[in-house]
Amino acid sequence: MKKLALLTLISTMAFAADAPVLIQNATILTITNGTVKGSILLQDGKIAAIGDKVMAPPGTVVIDGAGKYVMPGIIDCHSHIMAEAINEGSVSVSSMVGIPDVLNPEDIAIYRALAGGVTTANILHGSANSIGGKTIVMKMRWGKDAEEMKFEGAMPGIKFALGENPKRAGQSAGGRGAAPTAGRYPATRMGVEDVIREAFNDAVAYKATWDFYNARVAKGEVAIPPARDLKLEPLVEVLEGKRLVHAHCYRQDEILMLLHVADDYHFKIRTLQHVLEGYKVAKEIQERGTGASTFADWWAYKIEANDAIPYNAAILVKKGVLTSLNSDDAELMRHLDKEAAKTVKYGGLTETEALSLITINPAKQLMIDKKVGSLEVGKDADVLLYDGHPLSNFSKVTKVWIDGHEYFDMDQDVQDRPKKEAEKKALVTKAAAEQRLGGGGGRGGNNSAAQGVPQQ
Amino acid sequence: MKSLILFLLPAALMAAGAGDDSFVLRGATVHTMAGAEIANGTVIVRSGKIIGVGKNLAVPKDLKVIDGKGLQVYPGMIDAGTQVGLIEINSIRESEDTTEIGKFNPQLVALTAVNPSSEHIPVTRFNGITTVATMPEGTLIGGQVSLIHLDGWTTDEMGVKPRAGLQLHFPTIALPGGRGGGGGNPDADPSSPLAAARAFTTLKQNYDKEMAELNAFFEEAHRYKLAKDAKMVGFKPDLKLDAMIPVIDGKEPILVTARREREIRDAITWADKQKVKIILIDAAEAYKVTKEIKDHNIPVILGPTLALPLGEDSDYDQAYRTPAALQKAGIEFSFATLTGGSNLASRNLPYQAGQAVAFGLSHDDAIRAVTKNAADIWGVGDQIGTVEEGKWADLLVVDGDPLEAQSQIKMLFIKGKPVDLDNKQKDLYEKYLNRP
Repeated sequence: MKKLALLTLISTMAFAADAPVLIQNATILTITNGTVKGSILLQDGKIAAIGDKVMAPPGTVVIDGAGKYVMPGIIDCHSHIMAEAINEGSVSVSSMVGIPDVLNPEDIAIYRALAGGVTTANILHGSANSIGGKTIVMKMRWGKDAEEMKFEGAMPGIKFALGENPKRAGQSAGGRGAAPTAGRYPATRMGVEDVIREAFNDAVAYKATWDFYNARVAKGEVAIPPARDLKLEPLVEVLEGKRLVHAHCYRQDEILMLLHVADDYHFKIRTLQHVLEGYKVAKEIQERGTGASTFADWWAYKIEANDAIPYNAAILVKKGVLTSLNSDDAELMRHLDKEAAKTVKYGGLTETEALSLITINPAKQLMIDKKVGSLEVGKDADVLLYDGHPLSNFSKVTKVWIDGHEYFDMDQDVQDRPKKEAEKKALVTKAAAEQRLGGGGGRGGNNSAAQGVPQQ
Repeated sequence: MKSLILFLLPAALMAAGAGDDSFVLRGATVHTMAGAEIANGTVIVRSGKIIGVGKNLAVPKDLKVIDGKGLQVYPGMIDAGTQVGLIEINSIRESEDTTEIGKFNPQLVALTAVNPSSEHIPVTRFNGITTVATMPEGTLIGGQVSLIHLDGWTTDEMGVKPRAGLQLHFPTIALPGGRGGGGGNPDADPSSPLAAARAFTTLKQNYDKEMAELNAFFEEAHRYKLAKDAKMVGFKPDLKLDAMIPVIDGKEPILVTARREREIRDAITWADKQKVKIILIDAAEAYKVTKEIKDHNIPVILGPTLALPLGEDSDYDQAYRTPAALQKAGIEFSFATLTGGSNLASRNLPYQAGQAVAFGLSHDDAIRAVTKNAADIWGVGDQIGTVEEGKWADLLVVDGDPLEAQSQIKMLFIKGKPVDLDNKQKDLYEKYLNRP
């Protein structure tokens, strides 16, 4: 706790060093309060003012936003960047492991995501397990260490997964009809349900032993504490509403199954991830206040994605489901704005509805909407500057601020290229010379395991 | 028989007017991509072919008139490299017909395996794509690329040019980090200089072997041609080598996959030596070789613009800027959606071009890349790619900019026939939107 307080102090100090920024004459897409033609002031890490005319303190950096657009930083509710490992696939319940332990703050995908306007991402465990590992919300503070990139105060989460991925480990290679070999249980959607129910039976019993123990201690009785179970602890947190469930799913049957399981054990599914057939059970999802986080138009890459439609997000929105678009992919993550634009075409969402899918809606799903997701005075200054409308394919992100600190500037990036090229050349020459002398042992390159490996 | 048809034809016309592949489209802005745009223009189509484009054209009396007021007309877009029709569900082996066994399969023709009933066809054309180059693939020579219309009752009706080019993956020494590199070879982990050196040795040996095999195969094709031309006694036809004759004669291009600078340079040198015509595809680092590509007049089909940079230290926007760089160098280029699950992404072809516009390509050049250039590169520029007299009426009629995701295609014509814009996805949308 002390460490946390200290870190907060350090980060606050770092932000305080940033001069206030005033963007003038811009089109400001607040998302929650309409469009403002005027100015926005970023000060002390927060949005200090939005309006026609905004007074700025001395020392403010003034940016002419004529012809430009300002919108809140994009929030990706499903990503695997930074994660040095994705799946603990040896067991079907891997709630004892967690992504927070394997975060690489030097993953170049962070910078690339920033350049595409992403300021916050929900970093998830993979989908090989019916109940997967713990997850974490990160801000894309490129250059900071992993600890400093954590989204302060964001709820922790856990990944669940249904359908083809968790059952794949149990499938036999012997073709249809062949008995599953001694693979990992489960091999069917029926088995996936069973695994989740068994795990929650264990969690309920485990919680009871602790509740009993705590009650005795509270009464001043002498009691022996139960043995800790690191697998069940996160599930108890789910039961107590202290950990958000993000569940990978595709088909309507498995979606409904999980909703029933959650009903039976009295917990909530915070978001259904992918949820490509969500449009078929929008009513059931909406009734439970569960969120949906989907792709704009991916389909047919596997049989459970065969009925995926690009109208999914639009139907879910129209039926009252809190919906977001996510990337699940280091490349797609760089153009979530363009993905949002597709929902205007497919299903006729309004521009604001479309942009909400990548800003305020994922913020609400992650319960961080008090701080981010829209341009409102008092919220974190996580702000994007575009050279045109964010939903146009002809526009691009030119600047990105997180907590009022500028983390990306396109012009600067372009300007620095010759210098970086020269530096690279010098390093390569030096390394080659050392190698000739029989040295070496350094790292020759890093191909992030998270990239190029589809987790969908 | 002929006289009977001649006799019947005018009667049919009188009874029901011209066929549904004949019409006049009036009042729209026509972007011919062969000259200036025509405001309030007219396009006259008869029997699938464009017979007139311009302003204030006299309208033949027997043709129905379609009102295009307020709409934009463009040539149908062409995906210059994809696998639409060859894959239905990526992960289901049984639904995939792209990759045959063996390193040399020039005798295989993609069109043979195109499924005219594929759900991907209506889904793709929904965004204004009327023609695609659908590609087989393999270790080296995967087969013949087929240019197909995204409409037709049968493969015969869909085929525009069944043998449009020979697909070749150029041998590579790529270390992991790029697609096609490494290939799961544990020795290829470059995390130490020693391992990297070992990996390089293995890859280099494999590269040398593949180059030797490739050259030997071309030599064999030359010998085969000599024997065939000489009508030697006992000459036995060979389907593989027969398919190579138009290629070694320089009549049919080779579609060479070469991503990195070294492969591109290699491919150009090799093609010179073999005296064959090549098209580079997925040439991510073509921007480093613009002079040589231009000097040799080699067309380039770029992979997706919305792609990650090749190297960890590459510029974040390299793929976004490459089209503009090629344009500036005067290189003829087009776009392909091709990467993993390309059949899923073909409908996003216009947005690949749009992203290039955001990073410096002119809008006109972007449209040309997905229409005229693609047709010219694939050798069908006399049939499709522009709105001009004598060409197939492959037309897209849109309410805005076809490169913008928000625009809606209002009408689509392939060979003059109005194409149904409905598809499975739209049906599911309507069905479940109305679920009580």
